[in-house]
Amino acid sequence: MRFEYAPAPEARSIVTLRDSYGLFIGGSFVSGSSVFKTVSPATEEVLAEVTLGGAEDVDRAVAAARHAYERIWSAMPGRERGKYLFRIARLLAERAREFAVLETLDNGKPIREARDVDVPLASAHFFYHAGWADKLSYAGFGPSPRPLGVAGQVIPWNFPLLMLAWKVAPALACGNTVVLKPAETTPLTALLFAEVCQQADLPPGVVNILTGDGGTGRVLVAHPGIDKIAFTGSTEVGKEIARLCAVSGKRVTLELGGKAANIVFDDAPVDQAVEGIVNGIFFNQGHVCCAGSRLLVQESVAGEVLASLKRRMATLRLGDPLDKNTDIGAVNSRAQLDKITSLAASGEAEGAARWSAPCALPDRGFWFPPTVFTQVPSSSGIVREEIFGPVLTVDTFRTPAEAVEKANNTPYGLSAGVWTEKGSRILEMSSRLRAGVVWANTFNRFDPASPFGGYKESGFGREGGRHGLEAYLDVVAAADVVGGADV
Amino acid sequence: MSEGSEVLVAHEAGRIAVRKTYKLYVGGSFPRSESGRTFAVHDAAGGFLANAALASRKDARDAVVAARKAFPAWSGATAYNRGQVLYRVAEVLEGRRAQFADEVRLAAGCTAAEAFDEVSAAVDRWVWYAGWADKIAQVRGGTNPVAGPYFNFSMPEPSGVAAVLAPQDSALLGLVSVVAPAIVSGGTCVVVASARYPLPAITLSEVLATSDVPGGVVNILTGQVTEIAPWLASHMDVNAIDVAGAPGVLADDLAVAAADNLKRVIRLPAAGWAAEPGLDRMLGYLETKTVWHPAGW
Amino acid sequence: MDVTSSNASLRRFLHGLPGVDEVGARARAGALATRSVKTDAKRHALDLAISVIDLTTLEGQDTPGKVRSMCAKGRRPGYGAPPVAAVCVYPDLVPVAVAAVAGSPVKVASVATAFPSGRALLDVKLADVKSAAAAGADEIDMVIDRGAFLSGRYLEVFEEIVAVRGASGDAHLKVILETGELGPLDNVRRAAWLAMLAGADFIKTSTGKVPSAATLPVTLVMLEAVRDFGEFGGRRVGVKAAGGIRDAKDAIRYLVLVNETAGEAWLDARLFRIGASSLLNDLLMQRVRMETGRYSGPDYMTVD
Repeated sequence: MRFEYAPAPEARSIVTLRDSYGLFIGGSFVSGSSVFKTVSPATEEVLAEVTLGGAEDVDRAVAAARHAYERIWSAMPGRERGKYLFRIARLLAERAREFAVLETLDNGKPIREARDVDVPLASAHFFYHAGWADKLSYAGFGPSPRPLGVAGQVIPWNFPLLMLAWKVAPALACGNTVVLKPAETTPLTALLFAEVCQQADLPPGVVNILTGDGGTGRVLVAHPGIDKIAFTGSTEVGKEIARLCAVSGKRVTLELGGKAANIVFDDAPVDQAVEGIVNGIFFNQGHVCCAGSRLLVQESVAGEVLASLKRRMATLRLGDPLDKNTDIGAVNSRAQLDKITSLAASGEAEGAARWSAPCALPDRGFWFPPTVFTQVPSSSGIVREEIFGPVLTVDTFRTPAEAVEKANNTPYGLSAGVWTEKGSRILEMSSRLRAGVVWANTFNRFDPASPFGGYKESGFGREGGRHGLEAYLDVVAAADVVGGADV
Repeated sequence: MSEGSEVLVAHEAGRIAVRKTYKLYVGGSFPRSESGRTFAVHDAAGGFLANAALASRKDARDAVVAARKAFPAWSGATAYNRGQVLYRVAEVLEGRRAQFADEVRLAAGCTAAEAFDEVSAAVDRWVWYAGWADKIAQVRGGTNPVAGPYFNFSMPEPSGVAAVLAPQDSALLGLVSVVAPAIVSGGTCVVVASARYPLPAITLSEVLATSDVPGGVVNILTGQVTEIAPWLASHMDVNAIDVAGAPGVLADDLAVAAADNLKRVIRLPAAGWAAEPGLDRMLGYLETKTVWHPAGW
Repeated sequence: MDVTSSNASLRRFLHGLPGVDEVGARARAGALATRSVKTDAKRHALDLAISVIDLTTLEGQDTPGKVRSMCAKGRRPGYGAPPVAAVCVYPDLVPVAVAAVAGSPVKVASVATAFPSGRALLDVKLADVKSAAAAGADEIDMVIDRGAFLSGRYLEVFEEIVAVRGASGDAHLKVILETGELGPLDNVRRAAWLAMLAGADFIKTSTGKVPSAATLPVTLVMLEAVRDFGEFGGRRVGVKAAGGIRDAKDAIRYLVLVNETAGEAWLDARLFRIGASSLLNDLLMQRVRMETGRYSGPDYMTVD
């Protein structure tokens, strides 16, 4: 008898879906003019109807946020603001399972990841930033850094709740109020978060959640009542926002695309490196801006590493995202699946050798098998463009200098990985790689205390840690004091 | 010839002065503009001072290549070394204060005492920035206490090549105040000097050329910001731009063009160049790199 | 060149094996520990776990009565469960065990080589092994000389295993690495390869007599070693996790680890064992729970 894992689905009953959701403005759910549907990417079943925020809704939300900013939040002592954030952190932890299941339903990611990564980290982000709220004058930005005002925040669909936490927690801790637009395909956990705000008795208008599509985001970003834009998403849209803000003078931080190199040297701890490669590109179906999508392996061990990688990939379990044993869930949308499929096809057409893990794809829903491309022409689109899917390209190098040159040969600069047991080489590689996050002998680790963000076209500004506070504080006004001769 | 320029050409009775040719400063050399163009520079009273090279977009292109070429070694130098080099610039500047004071006085039309004060302030500003070279990483970096068996630290790193549009309204102090922060942390730059005060900028480049600053770290173009800056702002191999020397409308356009490759745009409120500069200009050229490593047996 | 031709060449070989990043190994083992095994899969896993147990008693107070009782339980755990793989005893009790399991598929394993410390002269260790084998032990569980290993005398360790191999005759040789005394996981990998090169049929984590016994990360590294050794052109070597595995949940985690590391072929008593004593009762309780749909209690499990 074969050793199989029987289906082990997480109970969906913990989540109560409403038929339709309004916009969360000024502390309560309000209706808007039109609606759209959000589906489960694993089954294509409609989960709920969600309101499409229009221009007048943006006005309302910004006004609510402005009101809350001026009347309540900016004047509230940091100590008190912090207590609200602590409450939110605890509420997220208390309702962790519910959030995890809902995230998995709406996004398609494996419950294991939603449960073990997304939700605990989201809670941790609030907890971390809660503690900053009354300590901002000690953060190194001058003795009395000021909030910026109303922040407009636009987040992607790959880590819906976690990206919300990355945006909302520091903004609130620093005394700003927010209007947040979740991604079109993953609005549900943000709406559940709105309930958490209510349970926390967060003053109305401090957090406003505006569901909608790209159009909603565009209106929000251009809105004159917004003081600061924070965006996570594609580089293309990021550039558009940068242009808008260049003229409007709004403060902006952008966390955009990536095409990270994961570099494996011949002296790497090979089993952990293989895990790191797998985690680097197949975590969250590769829908990760910092995914290690370009494997650079030292030529002398390339065969061995590739063989190990394929053997390991063959054990990946693709299927029902709610199954606790699922490693690879569904691609988030048909549009994304089409993009991945067409890029992979172009890679094959350009002569790259394709190998996909032998796993059966479910009949319904959006699925793509974990895939590796070898013998890829360096000019190929699959090496240059962010695929944002479970697709890895493999290239070899001969010397550390060549590895660095290849790794840096991209307009992006979000992250990089290095695998070697040689300490001095790790330090040298870490300093030469042009990327905002370098994972040495590990990959895809995140922590609220650790600054995250890119170089070059991967965006600017940092999220997390002391560094991340800067994005939500008026530090320029405080500059004279920071640089003062007596400080 | 005006009274002022007599000093500039070191008028001595019975001797015809040897005049200086003001050229560009690119990659450690002093080329003329590839375009062959110059423009006349006048003193505050309208008298002729000298012809300065009128840099073209191709000069800007060459300067970016030189700055990019210089970036690895300069950013790879130790912070201590960069601090030493910048301090050396201040030393050499100090020794040529009289020459700079003359140039500033003539160009700005101020008193000798005012000119001397500005030059002294410029020297002091270099010294201030020189001291930051090996301290900014401690102020801006550090370890991050992550929840797991990892050692995690963040450190600032230079963004790369910067376009620096020097302020139009300051003969020397403004220039120094935008160049030093662009290079102190390892960045390299292409400077578009004030069109009104190009001569002190070129004299500054002579100081840079003789004070251990590697060629290409600072490249100085004289000419019209309206002509050159758009090329730098849209240049895909430039990583940052300081728009101090661009008028408001142009600065908007430059910031829009800069979005093509998401340049870091340094656009700070004018606070007067004599004021304590603060960290913002220096920080504008810095990225934060965070490194994770497992901690285990 | 034969890597075992000198201590220097053996050292170079062992230190040329890929390193093990401890944090990464722990993370991988931890991730596999979250696998959920339910319903039919769990039923199968519980029986599989029982069938790979080396039911063990290694106490100063062991008596023939205790061993006979344990053997009886191993042959027929009850509740329809399959017999265990083997019983494991000290050499002097091998004859008792052999008699007690006669006629059943249960093997008799004996620890030897001055178990657990291994601190005796080679002659004494070999005599220990020979007496156990002569008494009818099917399997010999030897300990490596950790002192020699830690002081870099790899060839000495190697030659001792070879000598024990010779003294064991037809008996299967399990080589106990005593990973709790080896320090970093790099050493676990090196010791595993050393034992396999010297002819081990099994590599085993622990004696159960030092504070740190079998752990998931240690077992992971050993499973990687047997997998790599096989692919390297060697034999299929088994792995035995011993010590500290007390409940069904733990045992199933080990099975998952085997399944996803060395592969399904290793999920067989010929290539994987769990050395345990109290584990058997917990597996049986879980089995009963699955059959009856209610939780059982210790009063309903036999004490042996």
